[in-house]
Amino acid sequence: MRLLEIEDLSVSIGSKQVLKNFNLRINKGETHALFGPNGTGKTTLLNVIAGIPRYTVDGGRIIFKGQDVTHMSMDERARLGIGMAFQRPPAIRGLRLKDLIKIINPGADASSILKKMDFEAFAERDVNRGFSGGEVKRSEMVQLLAQQPDFVMLDEPDSGVDLENIKLIGEAINTLTQKDQRPSYRTKSGVIITHFGHILEYMKADRAHVMLGGSIVCSGNPGEILAQIKRSGYEGCAGCSTCPV
Amino acid sequence: MQHVSGIEDKAKAAHGKKAAFGTDVDLESFESEIREHEAVKSAEDLPSEVKKAALDVGVKLDDESAGAYVQMDQTPVVASSMFEGVEIMDIASALKKYDFLKDYYWKLVAPDADKYTADVAEAAPSGYFVRARKGTKTVFPIKSCLYLGSTNFNQRVHNIVIAEEGSELHMITGCTTPSHVQRGLHLGISEFFIQKNAKVSFTMIHSWGKEVEVRPRTGIVMEEGSSLSNNYILLKPVKTLQTFPTARLVGRGAVASFNSVIYSSMGNIDIGSNVFLDAPETSAESISRVVSVGGEVIARGRMTGRVPGARAHLECVGLLLSDKGRIYSIPELDGQSRDLDMSHEAAVGRISEEELEYLMSRGLTSEQATSVIVRGFLDVEIKGLPEDLKQEIKNITQREDLKGAS
Repeated sequence: MRLLEIEDLSVSIGSKQVLKNFNLRINKGETHALFGPNGTGKTTLLNVIAGIPRYTVDGGRIIFKGQDVTHMSMDERARLGIGMAFQRPPAIRGLRLKDLIKIINPGADASSILKKMDFEAFAERDVNRGFSGGEVKRSEMVQLLAQQPDFVMLDEPDSGVDLENIKLIGEAINTLTQKDQRPSYRTKSGVIITHFGHILEYMKADRAHVMLGGSIVCSGNPGEILAQIKRSGYEGCAGCSTCPV
Repeated sequence: MQHVSGIEDKAKAAHGKKAAFGTDVDLESFESEIREHEAVKSAEDLPSEVKKAALDVGVKLDDESAGAYVQMDQTPVVASSMFEGVEIMDIASALKKYDFLKDYYWKLVAPDADKYTADVAEAAPSGYFVRARKGTKTVFPIKSCLYLGSTNFNQRVHNIVIAEEGSELHMITGCTTPSHVQRGLHLGISEFFIQKNAKVSFTMIHSWGKEVEVRPRTGIVMEEGSSLSNNYILLKPVKTLQTFPTARLVGRGAVASFNSVIYSSMGNIDIGSNVFLDAPETSAESISRVVSVGGEVIARGRMTGRVPGARAHLECVGLLLSDKGRIYSIPELDGQSRDLDMSHEAAVGRISEEELEYLMSRGLTSEQATSVIVRGFLDVEIKGLPEDLKQEIKNITQREDLKGAS
């Protein structure tokens, strides 16, 4: 049932250690939320799972679908079923979004995906070029809906998105993580980084974690954890015993 | 004819005169003796080798053309118009037929500009004369192919294009050698007269052999309200190539746009455009995209603004995919009046890691991602072209087996 297992992962960038003996398990069909202040290693964690090469893994391993992917290349991981919505993705000159959809998945139904994200007007545009913050997020969801990963990582998919589109993005995440199906039928999983939790009103998260200083300090029900953060801030989570890790 | 002797005198005086840019070519090492080819009735009757070579440079000699011109070495073999109001002739016949042409011949390019212009001026005229009569608007492009089919041959071409008032003219010219010809020289003079409110698009695609040297010399004059979209594509290896077309925007509101797409793997390519904005409300844009996996590319761009209110923009962007290549970008802006709006953007670099990683996170291999980025980079959005021609250009830039970083 386990899809992703991170064991004692320590990661540094240059001489700076970002993740320290990090542990996380995500089962098939589960979606987890990650909370935590800026600079605590949330994006690093997602980037390392995706396989972005500028990080050094000092110890530990990442097991995905039973395979050790710790040192696998990015594209191999993607083909194994890992997908990522970037927080600030680059623009690609001369590559039209509709062409990228076909490259990602020649069998994808591009027009229905674009329609679902109310993004048809951007099909002929260069990927992310001149897009607003919210449009970039929808572009990411369009690409992931084409890619159909088994495990989707969402790095602040709600930042810069207006209320109307937050709902669209929440629905897309529910589709990607099969929340429209009965729990026992779900095989796809996800992890989402969010600062404000608005998006959680439109999508279903099964479990949440608070990260501080490169480790998880608290885990539990997303609603309860969010309420706790609102009450006493992230630091309050460090000494909190109401949500057992 | 007095003007011809004047041209010859000037040419004589410019023997051995080196060009301002580009490596020096030894003209003596090429053969100028003309081997005649037989003219054919229509493009369909051309040897299959020529048709195939033309097709490789985007020149599909079919009914969807306003006309065709094909020159093999020094011989015009096809010159036919398929559109009323458009004239296509070989330049020698045109000079005989039209006395007025003496006012156009060698008026925008000087015969004594350098040894190459001088060499063409001394040869019997060969090339095309194209004229769109007043108000004529072509739908399909005129297609021409300049075919250098003999090894070591010095191909000398002189073209004149006149777009009369209010006309619309689209041209696509492919210059090429068959695969068995590795060494040769192509000298091409082109003079464009774009008259009041005329609209011209001119797309040139070059595909040469590895020992071919190329020296086009182009002069353009643009009158009031006219527009030009000049596009140049070079994706195959060449030994040396140097060109610096000069456009003078002399009429109010004239608009010129130069786009070039270069993929360099060897040799020395020195290319750019030189635009003079000499009338109010004129504007010009020059965009070059260079991808290099080897060889040296010098990407020039010069804009001179001489009247208030002229607008100019230069963009030279280079992608260097190998240590074996060099891209030297030289954007120049020369403002000589008040109220000018002139700008440039130049960048030379490698493929962005971030872009590569982004595409790899979607499952593309490093090679696929590189290829997608390079193709995208070369996909210049060219405004003002008919859809068919846009597609033709896209097919060429996209079909090449463009290899990634080595």
